[in-house]
Amino acid sequence: MRLIFDIAATHITGRGRQMLVAVLGVAVGVGFSIAMAALMQGGQDDFVRQMVDTMPHVDISDERRTPRRQPAEDVFATAAISGLRPRDDRRGIINPTAATAWLESWVPGRFAASLKAQGVIRYASREVGAAIIGVDPERELAVSPIAEDFVEGSFAALIAGGNNIVVGDTMATRLGAGFGDTITAVSSEGLTRNFKIVGLFHTGTTARDEGEAYVLLKNAQILSARPNAINEIRIKLDDPGLAPSVARRAESELGYEAVAWQEANESILEALVIRNVIMYTVVGAIMLVAGFGIYNIISTITHEKARDIAIMKSLGFREADMRGLFLLEGVAIGAAGSALGSLLGLAMTYALSLIRFEIAATGQEMTHLPITWSLLHYVIASAFALSSAAVAGYLPARRAAGLNPVDIIRGAS
Amino acid sequence: MSVLIETEKLTRILPETVPVTLVRDVSLSIGEKEFVAITGPSGSGKSSLLYLLGLLDRPTSGILRIAGRDTEPMNEQERAATRLSTLGFVFQFHFLLPEFTARENVEIPMRRLRRLGRAEIRARAAELLASLGLGEHIDKRPDQLSGGQRQRVAVARSLANDPAVILADEPTGSLDSHSSEQVFNILESLVRERGKTVIAVTHDLDMAARMDRQIRLVDGKIDYGMSS
Repeated sequence: MRLIFDIAATHITGRGRQMLVAVLGVAVGVGFSIAMAALMQGGQDDFVRQMVDTMPHVDISDERRTPRRQPAEDVFATAAISGLRPRDDRRGIINPTAATAWLESWVPGRFAASLKAQGVIRYASREVGAAIIGVDPERELAVSPIAEDFVEGSFAALIAGGNNIVVGDTMATRLGAGFGDTITAVSSEGLTRNFKIVGLFHTGTTARDEGEAYVLLKNAQILSARPNAINEIRIKLDDPGLAPSVARRAESELGYEAVAWQEANESILEALVIRNVIMYTVVGAIMLVAGFGIYNIISTITHEKARDIAIMKSLGFREADMRGLFLLEGVAIGAAGSALGSLLGLAMTYALSLIRFEIAATGQEMTHLPITWSLLHYVIASAFALSSAAVAGYLPARRAAGLNPVDIIRGAS
Repeated sequence: MSVLIETEKLTRILPETVPVTLVRDVSLSIGEKEFVAITGPSGSGKSSLLYLLGLLDRPTSGILRIAGRDTEPMNEQERAATRLSTLGFVFQFHFLLPEFTARENVEIPMRRLRRLGRAEIRARAAELLASLGLGEHIDKRPDQLSGGQRQRVAVARSLANDPAVILADEPTGSLDSHSSEQVFNILESLVRERGKTVIAVTHDLDMAARMDRQIRLVDGKIDYGMSS
């Protein structure tokens, strides 16, 4: 094997420029694959991370997936019932104390109950439609990253009690109100209440920044004339991956719709899968092109080395030796290309990570390209390059090994 | 004198659209320490017979025994092993591996056989090259040597594993008269001094006449009237 290795090494070093081109071909393929994978994976991870961080992992609302069965349907199972008008259910999660106590006993994470009511916020003569969300601030902080989004004041100011409110900065701008001003909230029931602005937040999501206001849960219940009511429980799990099973259990026990973040974003996650397929197809295509390059070079070498193959076979080398020799040359090109390509990929990924953007006009902010540094990208790209190189080396090697030395010797004479 | 190479009705036909007979019904036996010339006009099958004897080609029919062993049932590995240990080749064109030095070219068959250690291989390669007057050229690549020197390196390579038989295909065909004489003398010394069997294909009838035996081929068959 040492001899085959030495012969392969001599062949490679004896064709410096040709081999350099082959190695660079593989390296460029590997490097771009790594950089592209880092960028695309980074974008995806960043997107999912933001989704997982900003959204509750499980959202239990006072909706039901199917209408509740009417008592008559249970009593008269075999009778056809028509024309029944379902009884008006009182909105909100029934018996919230029992529901939250039950969740407390087993949910592997934190949760916060809230009451979301639609209303209008008034200041001077201006009005803005808003979702007035009543929360327990301490619990809310455990499930929501909103505390990190304050441009003035803080979410914790709600904890002090009283008629305080925090609103989105866009809403405040539209109202012409500022920090410390007193605004009036009007509920859909027609009740009004004055609140002092103790915080302004900017999440980057337009709908939230101009349409959400947070008050104490008690205040929301008073404003909407629904004492002790809640209509949403948001759960943040220690492991976001458990969300579907937690949602299933909560829904079967409480009867209310419990939506895991994966279900809520099913179409987005499906799009990400398709995006991954596209990404790996493109990466595969790049490597395939590099593989053709290796095939071309090894094929040329075996063609040019046909006479040497005949000589070596006449000296007593076996077909397996010849296959091994040219396979080794292909793999050596692949290995050198992979190593160089990994360095190139590292450098390109680093360069991409330095690029910064400021896009605030759309309400979305992205300050830099999201990059994922993953050893797996290097392993996959290198393994693919090595495999391509091995196949690209093996095919001409097999052909070369099968050559009849007599044909070559006659041709050379 | 024991028989080293023996054939019975050895035939090689190329399976073309119109089959081409290269060698037909060749029966011969060649013993130890014989210096044999295979002669004949161009296209008479001289080289084809040599390639059959050297296990580089397979006969269509007939029997070939080397050192008493029938070669027909040998697989590719056994044939390669026999070439490596028992047979040495010298071609018309030196057929040295161009990227390797003279010494490395001679070392390669020994390294493949793995009978000797690395130091012994290096020493033997240097010794063989020196014995053929190439002591000063052992680290030169083929493109740095003259035609005669290259052919002598090829002879040294053929001797590397101390084979019993040297098969030479027009070994002086591409050399000037001085180098031809030099190479011929070396081949003769292999028989006389080292006890090898040398079978050489040649066009040169004067050279053939100086060898122990001549096997003359015409249209792939032995011309017994002109053979000795």
